[in-house]
Amino acid sequence: MLDAAFLIPAFPLLGFVTILVFGRRLGEPGAGWVATLAMGGSFAAALLTFLGLVAEDKEERRFVQTLWEWVPVGDFSVDIGFLVDPLSITMTLFITGVGALIHLYSIGYMHGDENFSKFFLYLNLFAFSMLMLVLGDNMLLTFLGWEGVGACSYFLISFWFTEEANATAGKKAFVTNRVGDWGFMVAMFLLFTTIGSIQYVDIFGNAGELSENTATAITVLLLVGAAGKSAQFPLYLWLPDAMAGPTPVSALIHAATMVTSGVYLLTRVSPITAEAAGWSLDLIAWIGAGTALLAATIAVAQNDIKKVLAYSTVSQLGYMIMAVGIGAYVAAIFHMITHAFFKALLFLGSGSVIHGMHHDQDMRHYGGLRKLMPVTSATFIIGWLAIAGVPPFSGFWSKDEVLAYAYDVNIGLWIVGLVTALLTAFYMSRQVFMTFYGEYRYADVRPEEIEAVWANRVAAAEAAVADAEAGIGAAEDGVVKAQEKLDKATEKLEQRQAEMAEVDQSDEKAVEKATKNLDKAQDGAVKAQESVDEVTASIDTARAEVEAARSALAGVVLAAEAGGDDLDGISDEDLPEAVRERREFHPHESPWQMTVPLVVLAGAAIVAGVMNLPFSDDLHFLGHWLEPSFLGNKHKLGLSGGELWVLAIIAVVVGAIGIAAAVAVYLQRRIPADRIELPILARGWRYDEAVTSFMGGPGRKGFDLIAWFDRTIIDGAVNGTGRLVRSVGGEMRSAQSGLVRSYAAMVAIGAVALMAWFLVRTTF
Amino acid sequence: MMFAATLTTSYFLVLSALMFAIGAVGLMIRRNPLVMFMCVELMLNAVNITFVAFGTDVDNVGGQISVFFVLVVAAVEVVVGLALVVAINRRRADATADDVSLLRG
Repeated sequence: MLDAAFLIPAFPLLGFVTILVFGRRLGEPGAGWVATLAMGGSFAAALLTFLGLVAEDKEERRFVQTLWEWVPVGDFSVDIGFLVDPLSITMTLFITGVGALIHLYSIGYMHGDENFSKFFLYLNLFAFSMLMLVLGDNMLLTFLGWEGVGACSYFLISFWFTEEANATAGKKAFVTNRVGDWGFMVAMFLLFTTIGSIQYVDIFGNAGELSENTATAITVLLLVGAAGKSAQFPLYLWLPDAMAGPTPVSALIHAATMVTSGVYLLTRVSPITAEAAGWSLDLIAWIGAGTALLAATIAVAQNDIKKVLAYSTVSQLGYMIMAVGIGAYVAAIFHMITHAFFKALLFLGSGSVIHGMHHDQDMRHYGGLRKLMPVTSATFIIGWLAIAGVPPFSGFWSKDEVLAYAYDVNIGLWIVGLVTALLTAFYMSRQVFMTFYGEYRYADVRPEEIEAVWANRVAAAEAAVADAEAGIGAAEDGVVKAQEKLDKATEKLEQRQAEMAEVDQSDEKAVEKATKNLDKAQDGAVKAQESVDEVTASIDTARAEVEAARSALAGVVLAAEAGGDDLDGISDEDLPEAVRERREFHPHESPWQMTVPLVVLAGAAIVAGVMNLPFSDDLHFLGHWLEPSFLGNKHKLGLSGGELWVLAIIAVVVGAIGIAAAVAVYLQRRIPADRIELPILARGWRYDEAVTSFMGGPGRKGFDLIAWFDRTIIDGAVNGTGRLVRSVGGEMRSAQSGLVRSYAAMVAIGAVALMAWFLVRTTF
Repeated sequence: MMFAATLTTSYFLVLSALMFAIGAVGLMIRRNPLVMFMCVELMLNAVNITFVAFGTDVDNVGGQISVFFVLVVAAVEVVVGLALVVAINRRRADATADDVSLLRG
């Protein structure tokens, strides 16, 4: 049955090739079913291999299946081969199991997407790469899978690449991971030069020969690699941005499987870390603990439902890395498995919410969804209880084991872990309360929309003031014109009066005419005077209007400031169309393809703890199962049963405090949320901005210098060689006459010279 | 039969050397492509004579077998060579080998 191992990655590869060739013809939902079936077959093969491994004796549980030689170079050769041992098969089981469920879920989630089959193409390629990473029997094959999952992660984060932000997030993930890959590669080269092989079996056998410095260097370099893939400080930046991808991708790649590969790698090479200096292991532990705490504080202030889960993932991965650093490999793997279940569940649940809410991801817009999405909310609540560390859900057992080891090794790590657990319980409760409890808020008018209404009103009042002011201007213009007319009329009157005085009194006709003219002029003057008075009066009216408009504006501004989020004085007609659309909208439960995986994962999240119960040594099923894989420095827990009980009770109390605090803030609203959701937390301690400004500023100069070095020195050497060859060739070409006979002569001379040389050599 | 005793290997080698020298010099000084081609054949056959002469001398049939190989090569060469001769003559009726020097650097 062990021979079935090669089928585990073969099924997804087959699915990938099938969709690659027939993807368009399969369409929706055919391609999805092909991919899901491939994953199902892979899970069946993994199960078969697992049973085969169980049937072996404990010492015999390591099996290498070599398919063919891949890179034969002299003495050095790399095979396509699979290392089947408890560690790799455990990883394989949950990768294929959770993977198959997420494939099924995606059929529902990606419904109606124009690139439906392409999505499943990438998903199957990802699953294949991930399984190669885990099953590879040498570091190069693991690296192949490592890069493969990185590429698929890039494809899938920027799956909806028509939006600039998504494409950028994909690039960010890819570039950040290159830094980690550098560490992996250098570690691999170092292993090859010192041990002479990159096969895990050889590494396990010869790790003891490594000097402490070499082992430390390899450990630190692999930590760099793990920090990239498993999103640890300082390289965690890409994971929150990776949420730009479709939610099943976040669940599969950025929560359950790919991001755990760093933890897997560090446990895989445990015989090397066993040789390393103590400080490098402390570094691993503290990087894990620090990342766990840092990410947990950021998660508290996020409003995007997926961002909370993303930071939560970073935080939980920190837990695993911490466990690796203190030599608690079983605890790390145990937490990895339970985390894969409950975090995939939480992500799929958030995807179901997002799907039901028209792709709105802002938790402030949710609320009260418990009754509208019964299955999603029930399973999500199970996931919440699991991650918050409520017994007897799976997260409690695994987190408690990590904490117990931390307490045994270094009490500082234990305290950091405990604070992280408190924050985890708090922010997950916050998420659940904001999403599923409280009032149904989706149809509510949002603060920014009320602000927009007030802004519109203020703008209208300001426009009225401007109009009124323009009225004053017009009236003043009118006064000037009327005055001009009055001046003209007065002039005319004076002229007529002068004519009247000069007129010949004897000429009756002329007198009569002048009198008439004078009367007319007098009438005109009176009328002009009247119109001046009238227009002057209109200025006063306009001024009064301006005053009225100004006071109205002041009133509106006051009301806008006082009104804030209130709906007082706002009628429906003022609100944007979107509000009416939201009132028409009814959130719905997701289709069965999506709810079935939720229910299965919820079941796993409840019971996964039985894998490794702490009550007696016999119940450490996972621990005993993994024993043949961890050849190195697994820390032996030196705590008594009583101490473990005390630690467990402390952990439960801390979790309860976190949940109670969230109840006080988000359900009872006794403490304003602003006091906890600090802006600096919402912006992730400004770490991202700091990195960006460094890379754009001083870092940029360094990169320019390197680019200059590359252009002038490296390219210069390459191009210089080319130029040299060309100039030498240019000189030599004159020897080519193109005449057949001269070539023949050269051959003849050459032959004679050769013969002469042979003769001379043999004679003397 | 009396001549056979005196006809030693050296005679054949001298004949071969002369034929080869005539062929080589002819190849270098003549410009007519057909004549140059025939000079090449002359050189090949000079070598054939050497093969046979030495084969008889050391009583090894390998020398004669080598001739077959040379003949095959010569036959192949005829195919290419005559094609070249025809191609050159098609350019101009009185074209010589020196007229085709496109490969001049």
